[in-house]
Amino acid sequence: MIAEGAKIAQEFYFSVLLDRSNRTFLSLCSVEGGMEIEQLAVERPDALAKIPVSAVTGIDKAMAMEIAKAGRFPEELIDSVSDVILKLYEVFVKEDATLVEVNPLVLTEDGQILALDGKITLDENADFRHEREDMERDALDPLEAKAKAMDLNYVKLDGEVGIIGNGAGLVMSTLDVVAYAGEANGGVKPANFLDIGGGASAEVMAAGLDVILNDPQVKSVFVNVFGGITACDSVANGIVGALNTLGSKASKPLVVRLDGNNVEEGRTILKEFNHPLVVLADTMDGGANTAAELANG
Amino acid sequence: MAIFLNSDSKIIVQGMTGAEGMKHTQRMLAGGSNIVGGVNPRKAGETVEVEGKSLPVFGSVAEAMSATGANVSVIFVPPAFAKQAIVEAIDAEIPLAVAITEGIPVHDSASAWAYNVEKGLKTRLIGPNCPGIISPGESNAGITPWNITGKGPIGLVSKSGTLTYQMMFELRDIGFTTGIGIGGDPVIGTTHIDALEAFENDPETKAIVLIGEIGGDSEEKAAEYISKHVTKPVVAYVAGFTAPEGKTMGHAGAIVSGSAGTAQGKKEAFEAVGVKVGKTPSETATLMRDIIANL
Repeated sequence: MIAEGAKIAQEFYFSVLLDRSNRTFLSLCSVEGGMEIEQLAVERPDALAKIPVSAVTGIDKAMAMEIAKAGRFPEELIDSVSDVILKLYEVFVKEDATLVEVNPLVLTEDGQILALDGKITLDENADFRHEREDMERDALDPLEAKAKAMDLNYVKLDGEVGIIGNGAGLVMSTLDVVAYAGEANGGVKPANFLDIGGGASAEVMAAGLDVILNDPQVKSVFVNVFGGITACDSVANGIVGALNTLGSKASKPLVVRLDGNNVEEGRTILKEFNHPLVVLADTMDGGANTAAELANG
Repeated sequence: MAIFLNSDSKIIVQGMTGAEGMKHTQRMLAGGSNIVGGVNPRKAGETVEVEGKSLPVFGSVAEAMSATGANVSVIFVPPAFAKQAIVEAIDAEIPLAVAITEGIPVHDSASAWAYNVEKGLKTRLIGPNCPGIISPGESNAGITPWNITGKGPIGLVSKSGTLTYQMMFELRDIGFTTGIGIGGDPVIGTTHIDALEAFENDPETKAIVLIGEIGGDSEEKAAEYISKHVTKPVVAYVAGFTAPEGKTMGHAGAIVSGSAGTAQGKKEAFEAVGVKVGKTPSETATLMRDIIANL
């Protein structure tokens, strides 16, 4: 968004975003733009209009004018500013954005309203109905890029204990438990977030281990799976299959905690597999401790 | 008494004839849920044999309701069509709609929710992106393993599916009235507060476990609600202390933005109103055991 040679007479602010707290959309508008909006919100909250927008009816011309008025635009600018607000809302909806922010929105000396700088955040869940492949995105870490190519839900962190688990909540929780265990083990930390989902198949397990073992910082791996829908014996078979696939590429100790459906069968499979790198843990907290100790050793 | 779902619930499945829908219809039936039919406009009039039961397929939720008396719908429709399915359930005014589907665009869930509000909230929506609701020994509407726990005095509400399973499994010797997975999306139907209110009013629920995670302010609002309206003991667990700012941790809604939505902030909000927060899921289960032992 570059406006060439525009001589700025005045700077304004406008954004429309998802207000998750109120389960609706929200538009923010102020005739006082250019500065950090968080600062404006704190210092002069009256100057920043906050108008809820229905996700069903959206913003029409009348509402756009209302927003501009609430943002304290002078009468003579209401019409042209509300046209810009309408267009920005159109972008917000058409592109499945969770934020469209223009700061500053400017009035040039020759009377034009221009978006001089802006920010847009897109909803990845909506990727399927947009062509976003060629879009320039925030750069990914190389391991994150590799994981993404394999369709894995992976976030690189700065630590020594690789983490694999099933379910976003359980994996987040595993990171926390490993971080606590690390406090007593030389301050080792979780190396990543990796959710292999409910299925936890051998292929996904192998792909996940492959990414984690390519992280040079990783010294041990903690596999924490709760067999809910998936039974633990099929998860155990997944781990066996993954280690067979990886062969000598599997080079770091692997602490495995299985719990839930068919847990005994799952543990038996891993005991019989008797892989030198696999350590079985009875509990999540115990597994986290062992993995932290191994990473600190 | 269970909340929202009990042995009288008659369940239909939107998207029953799809792979996920069929798999979980089978599991729900095996666990004793009273499934009375499915919805798929392209297969209306057909009958599907599942677990020895003939289930009719209807063209719409409204048709299924008038033919079977269904009062619960479980939605397994893929993300691209999920909004339409939820709106259809709302239009039919079914009392409870449980949207399991993961990956629904947030504009769709926001607009479905706004539509439900406009229509006067005749439908309780649970989810999307959740494991559903289970009242052990009575009914299961969703994908929670039905045999994970039995009936008991604990009520559970959670943003996370696997942490729900973990907690129910750890406390399976005590048991649960109802467990609700509200989902980890930015816009969801039933909130922590809705579940707290219902558990507070349910005479069989003696204590409540609340599971939260980073992102949004549902936990902070729940803490405030507890301090004003909940007399039963509550223990909480929050996941995501180690999550870095600005990174989505699996669930679309699990993201710390600036100083908002942190696990530490949520933990402090609970502790400020006297709710004990477990450091790990196991410690949380232990806190609940102590409460039950001292009732």
